[in-house]
Amino acid sequence: MPIDKRVATAAEALADVSDGAVIFISGFGGAGFPNVLIRALRDRAAKNLTLVVNSATHRYSNTHELIEAGLVRKVICTAARGHTKEPSPFERLWTAGKIELECVPQGTFTERIRAGGAGIPAFYTPVGFGTALGEGTELRSFGGRDCILAEAIKGDLALVRADAADRYGNLSFRYAQMNFGPVMATAATLAVAEVRAVLDEPMAHEQVQLPGFYVDRIVAVGT
Amino acid sequence: MRPLNRLQIAWRAARDIRDGMLVNLGMGMPVSVADYVPPEVDVFIQSENGVIGAGPLATLDRADRDLVDASSRQITLRPGASIIDSSWSFAAIRGGHIDVAILGAFEVAANGDLANWDMRVPNRGPLVGGAMDLAACARAVWITMEHVTRKGAPRLLQTCSLPLTAVRCVKRVYTDHAVVEITSAGMVVREMLEGLREPDLQSLTGAPLIFAPDCRPLTAPPLELPAGENA
Repeated sequence: MPIDKRVATAAEALADVSDGAVIFISGFGGAGFPNVLIRALRDRAAKNLTLVVNSATHRYSNTHELIEAGLVRKVICTAARGHTKEPSPFERLWTAGKIELECVPQGTFTERIRAGGAGIPAFYTPVGFGTALGEGTELRSFGGRDCILAEAIKGDLALVRADAADRYGNLSFRYAQMNFGPVMATAATLAVAEVRAVLDEPMAHEQVQLPGFYVDRIVAVGT
Repeated sequence: MRPLNRLQIAWRAARDIRDGMLVNLGMGMPVSVADYVPPEVDVFIQSENGVIGAGPLATLDRADRDLVDASSRQITLRPGASIIDSSWSFAAIRGGHIDVAILGAFEVAANGDLANWDMRVPNRGPLVGGAMDLAACARAVWITMEHVTRKGAPRLLQTCSLPLTAVRCVKRVYTDHAVVEITSAGMVVREMLEGLREPDLQSLTGAPLIFAPDCRPLTAPPLELPAGENA
């Protein structure tokens, strides 16, 4: 049967998400947030989710809707500070002890995900040594450089935003939309991409920024 | 002379950027450094989200939500720019390919320890972003900050009191009063405001200062802060 990863709706693409899933969400600074998929995930209402997302509080991401809906047990992120004077939904739940937080330096965050998709169980990094975020980790020195051990992150589902796809799942991104999308897709059992448009023809190979074998489902969202 | 304002501190740091450097600029005062790099100096500004060659902010008609920098600002690209994914971007940072990271700070210690990410604000979530990666791994870390806090407490200290971002990483500090190098011998003052006496600067500093024999006056052209912003 010919490969065709197109799915008609975001709800259909996320119909089999289970309680307790570990879910990657791409996006940085307003670019590459899969907001249609995030909203469909909220409607799917699977519970006790672990979100692996750069920011738990970014104003342009719909991530906060999952948190407000009480679907999230834990967040692994690099930023959890709200934008306004009042604490964000995440901060309120975290302060009340209702949501768990693992705060990670951003390079370690993305490398842990990359390792998860690349068959590397853990790695040493100098980043975070001697800081509160390096406490409780295994330490080792290499060539006089003190390092901490960081473990790979693997997930059940990745939600990724891209610009265009073809039916094979090949993806291309606009500008800084790429950010965490490619690595998150590599580290998840199921990778779902929302895209502006699905091409009728196969994507030209030099435009493919994430090969289709990493991507399981694609949903065209138009804008 | 009056202490420099934030734009003048950024101007002074920009004087030390050299042709061909790959530079990362942190949020706040450091991003202003880009505005004062002399036009004849050809540099690439890296943004942690993968932009290599960030240009000036986009005008409203050119703004694109997919083209942003690490501070979520809509930017343009300079000629020769490229964009990579976050993993590659941080591999470049950790791999020592960033010549200079210019960052803000709450505190810097005499041994180069940096505290710039956690002010221990109650009921607010943490925000570390790429600060630790840049501080630990850029080839040089320069700091732009006010010499003392709003309450007048020194920010240059023997030991940081706030949670650390990275250990022994800062090479140089640009403040509103001085330019200070962090050396194995301690804090060496390379420039200070004209009219300021050595004991005056020492009294604003929480670690012993060494005054370089060729210590120069710290000067900057008049640069107006945007209306409504405090010095």
